[in-house]
Amino acid sequence: MKVLHCRGKHYRDVNALVEEWWKGGCRHIVLEEVCGHRYLGRALEGEGRIDIKGIPGDDLGMFLNGPSLWVFGNAQDGVGNTMNQGKIVVQGDARDILGLSMRGGKIWVRGNVGYRVGIHMKSYEDEHPVIVIGGETGDFLGEYMAGGFIVVLGLWTPKGKSPVGHFVASGMHGGKIFIRGAVAPSQVGAGIGLDIPTEEEFRELEKYLEEFATDLAIPLPLFGRQDFIKIFPRTTRPYGRLYAY
Amino acid sequence: MAKSLLFPEFKIVRDDSRCIRCQVCVRQCAHDVHSWDGESDEILSDEVRCVGCQRCVTLCPTQAIDVVRREPGFRANANWSTNHLRNLYKQAETGGVILTGMGCDLPYRIYWDHLVLNASQVTNPSIDPLREPIELRTFLGRKEECLNVDWNGDLPVLRTVLAPQLELKVPVLFSAMSYGSISYNAFRSLVEAAEEAGTFCNSGEGGLHPDFYSWGKNIIVQVASGRFGVHPEYLRVAAAIEIKIGQGAKPGIGGHLPGEKVTAEISRTRRIPVGSDAISPAPHHDIYSIEDLQRLIFALKEATGYTKPILVKIAAVHNVAAIASGCVRAGADVVAIDGIRGGTGAAPQVIRDNVGIPIELALAQVDERLRQEGIRHRASVVVAGGIRSSADVIKAIALGADAVYIGTAALVALGCHLCQKCYTGKCNWGIATQDPYLTKRLNPKVGKRRLVNLLRAWAMEIKEMLGGMGINAIESLRGNREHLRAVGLTQEEMRLLGVKPAGEGW
Repeated sequence: MKVLHCRGKHYRDVNALVEEWWKGGCRHIVLEEVCGHRYLGRALEGEGRIDIKGIPGDDLGMFLNGPSLWVFGNAQDGVGNTMNQGKIVVQGDARDILGLSMRGGKIWVRGNVGYRVGIHMKSYEDEHPVIVIGGETGDFLGEYMAGGFIVVLGLWTPKGKSPVGHFVASGMHGGKIFIRGAVAPSQVGAGIGLDIPTEEEFRELEKYLEEFATDLAIPLPLFGRQDFIKIFPRTTRPYGRLYAY
Repeated sequence: MAKSLLFPEFKIVRDDSRCIRCQVCVRQCAHDVHSWDGESDEILSDEVRCVGCQRCVTLCPTQAIDVVRREPGFRANANWSTNHLRNLYKQAETGGVILTGMGCDLPYRIYWDHLVLNASQVTNPSIDPLREPIELRTFLGRKEECLNVDWNGDLPVLRTVLAPQLELKVPVLFSAMSYGSISYNAFRSLVEAAEEAGTFCNSGEGGLHPDFYSWGKNIIVQVASGRFGVHPEYLRVAAAIEIKIGQGAKPGIGGHLPGEKVTAEISRTRRIPVGSDAISPAPHHDIYSIEDLQRLIFALKEATGYTKPILVKIAAVHNVAAIASGCVRAGADVVAIDGIRGGTGAAPQVIRDNVGIPIELALAQVDERLRQEGIRHRASVVVAGGIRSSADVIKAIALGADAVYIGTAALVALGCHLCQKCYTGKCNWGIATQDPYLTKRLNPKVGKRRLVNLLRAWAMEIKEMLGGMGINAIESLRGNREHLRAVGLTQEEMRLLGVKPAGEGW
């Protein structure tokens, strides 16, 4: 294990050193006093763990391809941007465009997240990205979503209030979103279906929730299948009838 | 269903005395225009389906077929063109957005054709490129403001770390055309030609098929709003990375690769399921400002250890000069600008034909603006959108470009006949299709040779023109607008282009 104190250091130097250590075989790195450093963990490949203490800057885990990043604090915009594999665990809140174009791996956020979370997530064969949000989300959750799972738990949302914003899943043409609590049809985009999860989906969901609860050390109430609303696309061809050929 | 009011665009004239019933035309037409009636031993043609791609005309062994434009017998009307009528009928029947392919075909002024080049006479000698070397080598990337040198005794040692550069033997690159919009064989032709000619091709936004990783040193990979196939290895194998913000054929809108084109191989390259629409949103949703663009530029620099130039490609729009300045300030090493005549595999016709500005004006304004702001050296400028010949290349360089991208010209070299039906996936020339029956018509070895020939020919012509001006290196011409004069342009146009009227001396 190696420890790097990031205070006063440019993100470029921090990232270069982390990469050097990582490639040198050190697979547990602790970053202390992180404050707005961008691109932490960018494009790192292989198994291993980086602990981030403080507040990482934008694009945490950009192009991440295997490692797990554990954030002990809040995160900013672009967490897991275009990430391929690996895991990001955020103990606090995160902001906008979390998981943009994410293709694989997992992102857990204990608290709330901002706008456009999980936008344009994809999946392909065994690449299956999963995002679990403990709190609430802003508007445009899962916009253009093309694959993977997004789960919103709304753990602190009062009963009857929705934990997600408006324009949920607009343009969605793949993947599934599971929301615990209320979702009005007016909150979701066109061409979107609402249902309760199937037994099989719920079993997969439970697996992720167990991992989420263990990683974040928060006890989750015992959920039933009926507690969730599944949001899914009615077509994989949202633009199939747009054009005159 | 009621009979369609759509009228045929082309007329098929068959000389029956020449036709030997070999049925080449029947087999070659993916649009099913021709058919053979065994009973009467006749070849029949359904003209409504014909797109005018000239495949049957070219391959007919006895020159028995002619495909000519058919002028419908409507009363002449300067306002309601046949194209307008056709689109109206089509939209009334389908309720859809009219799609098209290739670049804008409307007669907007082509400024290249109103610019003439200079040559040496008497007072300065011209150079014969067959006898004296003329340098076309071009380096794309950020150039240093000053070079710091240490002295090791009498020997100078460069202390400044130079920014990464792309080295081109000719100032012409192949523009972004994704595997998906074009066939594997077409892409392979471009890749191999780029390697042999010492230039670069561009993966487009659909990812890179693993077969092409080994050609990475001649490939610029694209990161567009869909982020298809963007992963660390994709970035690592490439020579450079281009952030695609916009495209000249469709500024301001995204792209939709229809699900039927997402075959198993395409899905593997793009990392999305077979048969799903591949959607590139109109904006990058992590870029809503120049500061956000900077964030992505530096994300890519970080991910590749600052070893590769980052290009930012924008469409030429009204405020292009200020936008290009922002891109340079955000850290772009190369700004690529695509004009209104830039091509596409599929775009709404209304966008292609009505949005954006001609590349000549955009280029002149961008070069001027970057010079005024003292940041022209911080990025190279590559222009695209309707570069048709070596003359267009050299005029672009004299107007201020470092190099040009060619897309349509390269496809024409591969056999494209500009029928503009790329979006149907039924390209009879094996270029813009994924149908194995059609793609095998393009042999990548032959395709490569044709592209290399094209670049060789252009390079020789550029050297001839440079030599004629008494210039022995292309970089001495860059932004040297005194070597251009305008014929038939207005004062305002000449002011925007920064060129004098023909007839006016130094």
